[in-house]
Amino acid sequence: MPLHDTRARSPRAKLPLAWLGLVPFVAFALLFLILPTMHIVVGAFRTVDGTPTLQNLANLFQPSILAAYWISIRISFATALLGCLIGFAIAAAITFGGVPKAIRGPVLTFSGVASNFAGVPLSFAFLATLGRVGLVTVLLRDWFGINIYTLGFNLLSFWGLTLVYLFFQIPLMILIITPALEGMKREWREAADILGATGAQYWRMVALPILTPSLLGTFALLFANSFGAVATAYALTGSSLSIVPIVLFAQIRGDVLQDPHLGYALAFGMIVVTGIANGLYVWLRARTERWTR
Amino acid sequence: MRAKIWSWVALAIGFIYFLLPLIGTIEFSLRKRRGEYSLDAYRSVFEDPRFRETFSYSVAMALFTILVGVLIVVPTAYWVRLRFPRLRPVVEFVTLLPLVIPPIVIVFGYIRLYNTGSILPLTGTAMGTNFLLMMGYATLSLPYMYRAVDTGLRAIDVRTLSEAAQSLGAGWPVIIARVILPNVLVAVLSGAFLTFAIVIGEFVMAALLNRPAFGPYLQLIGANQAYEPAALAVIAFAITWFCMGLIQLVSRFSAHGRAKRS
Repeated sequence: MPLHDTRARSPRAKLPLAWLGLVPFVAFALLFLILPTMHIVVGAFRTVDGTPTLQNLANLFQPSILAAYWISIRISFATALLGCLIGFAIAAAITFGGVPKAIRGPVLTFSGVASNFAGVPLSFAFLATLGRVGLVTVLLRDWFGINIYTLGFNLLSFWGLTLVYLFFQIPLMILIITPALEGMKREWREAADILGATGAQYWRMVALPILTPSLLGTFALLFANSFGAVATAYALTGSSLSIVPIVLFAQIRGDVLQDPHLGYALAFGMIVVTGIANGLYVWLRARTERWTR
Repeated sequence: MRAKIWSWVALAIGFIYFLLPLIGTIEFSLRKRRGEYSLDAYRSVFEDPRFRETFSYSVAMALFTILVGVLIVVPTAYWVRLRFPRLRPVVEFVTLLPLVIPPIVIVFGYIRLYNTGSILPLTGTAMGTNFLLMMGYATLSLPYMYRAVDTGLRAIDVRTLSEAAQSLGAGWPVIIARVILPNVLVAVLSGAFLTFAIVIGEFVMAALLNRPAFGPYLQLIGANQAYEPAALAVIAFAITWFCMGLIQLVSRFSAHGRAKRS
């Protein structure tokens, strides 16, 4: 009843006018985010003449493309896992590890910088450090007689790329997980102590169950972050390492797959993978917020 | 005590891992002259006219992107908070989409949707492509910009401020520009500096849209020269560091407001 009254008093044009305020955002999102993406998704299910088909998706299941997805997924998984573990260790060290408080600020600031220092310059930094004439390579050879390249190390490989990606994955983990660690209440630890729990028991039965959703969620975010990255890998390896974004890059530039709609399917596959990873993140995030509130 | 040792071990590993590439890059960038350290690589970078052209192109792009981003995000975030609180999750979801859809897929969509044969042939002209690239950058920065502004709005009483301004006779544009914007300026600036850091080195969109931006130039130099890339990496790192430093600086100015909130 009160709702009805307010409506009756206000001028009739008010509701549509209020909606007008959202027009710029909706137009922007539609034109430059949603429609372009839909165009790709729809294209993945169409033939060149425009008839619906599943053939494009079926064509993804050829050895070279499957191999590209597989190595992409493996790299993303490895960088997300290592990024989570190392990032967690550093975040734990600066929140309750007993190191001086003065270290916390600089670590977080540096994480903000390093998580944004991706792309072409990052690959230059690693080439200058661990490339064939890089500083660390040369020092290891001259001082210790270790030639990492004869030992099988290569920056342009699975582990090489993983090592480089960690430079932005670890800081991202630190930035996301530190607030979660700070949200852990001291009382929980004290309560566990009073009940006679050991440190390991506290971690296994109290801390980790609470943190699990945010750990898994951040893992999903790191996974998607690394899966979509193009510039770092491209500048590092050219097109010699066939990960999905590199294949797609070459396809957009010069139709190397010789089938435009297979390109759409390839891009659609990327959205599916990052979509699943981020869907997990959002879902797990919602579960964590109950605790951190 | 054992925890303390582990903390130091973790920090030491992190320290070495993050410091070595920086030292390596700086050292490498100084090696251009045989047998001694010199700044030759930097000189050759700064003397390259393409460096100046692409760098100023990307700076201009970043500034326009920030302008467009602020014009879209601030009124929207304000309006959603004031009038459509129930739409907030939806709008927030849309602003997070650029984190889900890889940039390469978004730009692929642009190229196909706005090609010369379409209704809106933006890629047909240089200006049109510039516009498209700017909108692409605005899309990339949307998650950061929106979240920064929305967090800023949470700290102020949007409704009371708006009603006060309205009863003094202010219209919506005046309210947004002279009441809301100054109140969330710190948040807007943080978003702006982050956008700047993202746009300056962006590679994929600029390369695929064929625009002479800094990112593709970096890649080109990396493929063709030895010491200049290291010098460029040091410069790029300094720019990122500078942007993050500015964010810290502006948020320190609002430290009082922050302390009250938490």
